[in-house]
Amino acid sequence: MTIHLQKEIEKLKTMILSMSARVEKNFHDIAEAVVKVDVETAQRIIREEKEINSIELEVEEECLKCLALYQPVAVDLRLIVAILKINNELERINDFSVNAAERVLDLSGLAMESSPFDIRGMADKVGRMLSMSLDALINMDPQMAVEVCNLDDQVDEINKTIFQQVIAQLKAGSPQVEMLLLFSSISRYLERIADLASNIAEDVVYLVEGEIVRHQNLEGYDFHKGR
Amino acid sequence: MTQHKIQFSPVMRVRGLDLYYGTAQALFSVDMDIPKHQVTALIGPSGCGKSTFLRCLNRMNDLLGSVSIQGKIEMDDGTDIYDKHQDPIQLRRQVGMIFQKSNPFPKTIYENVVYGLRIAGVNDKKTLDQVVESSLTRAALWDEVKDRLDQSALGLSGGQMQRLCIARAVAVGPEILLMDEPCSALDPKSTAKIEDLILELRGKYTIVIVTHNMQQASRVSDYTGFFYEGKLIEFDRTQQIFTNPKNQQTEDYITGRFG
Ligand SMILES: Nc1ncnc2c1ncn2[C@@H]1O[C@H](COP(=O)(O)OP(=O)(O)O)[C@@H](O)[C@H]1O
Ligand SMILES: [Mg+2]
Repeated sequence: MTIHLQKEIEKLKTMILSMSARVEKNFHDIAEAVVKVDVETAQRIIREEKEINSIELEVEEECLKCLALYQPVAVDLRLIVAILKINNELERINDFSVNAAERVLDLSGLAMESSPFDIRGMADKVGRMLSMSLDALINMDPQMAVEVCNLDDQVDEINKTIFQQVIAQLKAGSPQVEMLLLFSSISRYLERIADLASNIAEDVVYLVEGEIVRHQNLEGYDFHKGR
Repeated sequence: MTQHKIQFSPVMRVRGLDLYYGTAQALFSVDMDIPKHQVTALIGPSGCGKSTFLRCLNRMNDLLGSVSIQGKIEMDDGTDIYDKHQDPIQLRRQVGMIFQKSNPFPKTIYENVVYGLRIAGVNDKKTLDQVVESSLTRAALWDEVKDRLDQSALGLSGGQMQRLCIARAVAVGPEILLMDEPCSALDPKSTAKIEDLILELRGKYTIVIVTHNMQQASRVSDYTGFFYEGKLIEFDRTQQIFTNPKNQQTEDYITGRFG
């Protein structure tokens, strides 16, 4: 019976890794498309949302099947619970990529030379967080989670700054009200994606360490309590 | 042994318990605090010493020849149950045992329940009637047998017999109930009844249950001890053991990687 469970778990790992690869690719594509106002890429990402949603359902069903049939415990249980959560977080990350894609379509109707904000710099950081949290998952490396959470603070700051710049320009009577609001939304989506990447990192800590660290400051966390 | 810092009031403290069958050592320096009015499950591969340990708690091993024991088992009043002034019969009234194979006597249901009291010299009919009703009620059997108390216990189903044995143990007013794989001969429905009963009795009695069924341990117990090759490897809250054991051997065992 345990051999069956181990096989199921291997299958789950493969599924979640391929889900994460797709979500990560979509994110990088949309980050690029935002900067270039690339309508074609934006449309593709909107089109593919349904596929990602159905992969999410498949992974969830597999997890529930494992829980019901094998009643896993300890490290096996934690892995399946972590996969369930990460699966959901990936799907939400993709939702925000889709939202950003919709804003790209809105932007394309506006006459605009280039983005007035450092969206690229922000997206690079968020992209790094996402890759690192997924690497942490693949390598079962809780230490990386700490770094992801540190980057999250930086992304929060950038989001705040962009918001303040938008307000300032609106107050100054900028005629590009629509464009400013669209970028403010995009900045907010990126910030939410960064939050979800942090959640993934925290799930990895739970998986490896067995401690729930959500809503805690990870700095100074002792990863070597030892077995 | 791996143990988290846990706080509870123990009803028994086992310290440095070694047990030998002849020259073969079966228990190695076991330390365990048994939490009062909670359910403690003992798990581990077959032959690891669970039953041997359980039998130490009410000195049932005394009944086997050639068993020698070192170490201490203290009750919460500080008495050592292996002290030579301790009366093992009195101890076994305080610490009752329910076995894997239910073993009702070939007597009526009524006589099975009052067996221990009669041995203790209680013969007052009114007292006995009361104990029969209250014990069978506690064992969740009263409604099923109240109209046939004078019939043979051997006519009961396996699950009913096991509950009768629990009623018999409860009748003498014990503090602690030891159960050695009490469900292993029962079908799932009867097993569920015994498990419900254990959860009912919890809070009134301290229960220590040996089970080879890990899901049963996780369903019914508050604390779990994992034995391996005569040693207590890990003891902790059941939830902790089954979500995040601290010891690799425990984890390998409960996830089915060995044993
Ligand atoms: N009455 C006995 N005489 C000699 N050896 C025994 C006796 N009972 C158990 N043993 C031995 O002690 C060890 C532990 O057995 P036991 O306590 O029955 O394990 P468990 O209940 O975990 O299956 C085993 O090696 C077993 O062979
Ligand atoms: Mg046994």
